[in-house]
Amino acid sequence: MSQEFKVEIISPDKTIYSGKSNEVILPCYEGQVTVLKDHIPLITFLRPGLIEVGKDEKFYAEDGTVEFVENNLLILSPTIQSLKNIKSAQISHMLNEAEKKISDDKISDKQKYILNYKIETLKQIN
Amino acid sequence: MPSLDDLKKRIKSVKSTQKITKAMKMVAAAKLKRAQENAEKGRPYSDKLQNIILNLTKSISDETNAPKLLAGNGKDNIYLCVVITADRGLCGGFNSNICKLAKNYFKKFLKEGKELKIITVGSKGHDQIKAEYGQYIIDKKSFKEKKQISFLEANEIGKKVIELFEQEQFDKCFIFYNNFKNVITQIPQAEQIIPTFIKKEDKNKDSAIFYEFEPDEDEILEDLLPKNVSVQILKAFLENAASEQGSRMTAMDNATRNAGDLVDKLTINYNRSRQASITKELIEIISGAESL
Repeated sequence: MSQEFKVEIISPDKTIYSGKSNEVILPCYEGQVTVLKDHIPLITFLRPGLIEVGKDEKFYAEDGTVEFVENNLLILSPTIQSLKNIKSAQISHMLNEAEKKISDDKISDKQKYILNYKIETLKQIN
Repeated sequence: MPSLDDLKKRIKSVKSTQKITKAMKMVAAAKLKRAQENAEKGRPYSDKLQNIILNLTKSISDETNAPKLLAGNGKDNIYLCVVITADRGLCGGFNSNICKLAKNYFKKFLKEGKELKIITVGSKGHDQIKAEYGQYIIDKKSFKEKKQISFLEANEIGKKVIELFEQEQFDKCFIFYNNFKNVITQIPQAEQIIPTFIKKEDKNKDSAIFYEFEPDEDEILEDLLPKNVSVQILKAFLENAASEQGSRMTAMDNATRNAGDLVDKLTINYNRSRQASITKELIEIISGAESL
């Protein structure tokens, strides 16, 4: 029996990815989650990180919402980008911005937590 | 009876107007295609987000403790209306239709004794509403310089609306925009976005699904609802952009056709009066020759 399930990634402007996969790794707010077929229905949201669909497709997202129901995985994110399309200059720019922000003392712990992840992921993919 | 020269000038001016309207029609048609694509691409996101929220609300056990964005803040006095129109004219009844609908609502709200606050997006709507309801306008926005409206702009307005809501500046929020049905039909629409309006149909259909939430429902809802506001506004923007181009295309098509009719009519007039003057001259010559 096929172990594939449907994956859809949608941003406000367009559908970024639509297809099938055996395994999706998500950077969820409370830690990494791997979704396999017949996972129980799940709703959660993302922190900055890499989404891995199968082995080949990788996406960078800063935030978003995930729903998994009846073997349909739906990822809604306004900031998601495929790693293939993202340029290294853009990454360094985002990295600089994030580092500037995190050195500001006024931000809350939650923002700091999110920014930490953002910097870490950006460094990783750069 | 206008002179031959006058008629000639008229025909020339109508013809050049026709050229302009024709060009505008072509431009609108090209832009429409893109705008329509964008609107259609944007639909799944907002629909799916609504769906998730719907599923979430089903599993909320305690409705009194629901976030304010969902349940409202219990009051019903101050209404915020966001009227979204175009920045440019020459698109038929597009802007007027939204304003007309919005004004009807304003009238109703004021009659019921509610307090009214208005945010206008797009300069054309602002101009039309200013005259009658100027004192209620609290903010105006215009994205004239932006070529294409993206999530960023919608988010800007969404954040502003949420901020006002958190300061308890209003109790309910409506948006007014044109829904793009097809090129010829655009339907002006009023939609309540705060508190989030959820259709309660199909409640029994898939209520059997129990979701696992991470973190818990309330936190997810608190994260999702403000996003939903922005997304609904974005949807309104995209629909509006497509409607604007569609409306402009039909309006310009009509104008081109009218100009064509007018040119035909004027040409007939011109030829008739030219013929009349030739006949008159001939009669004069002949009668002059006869009298000799």
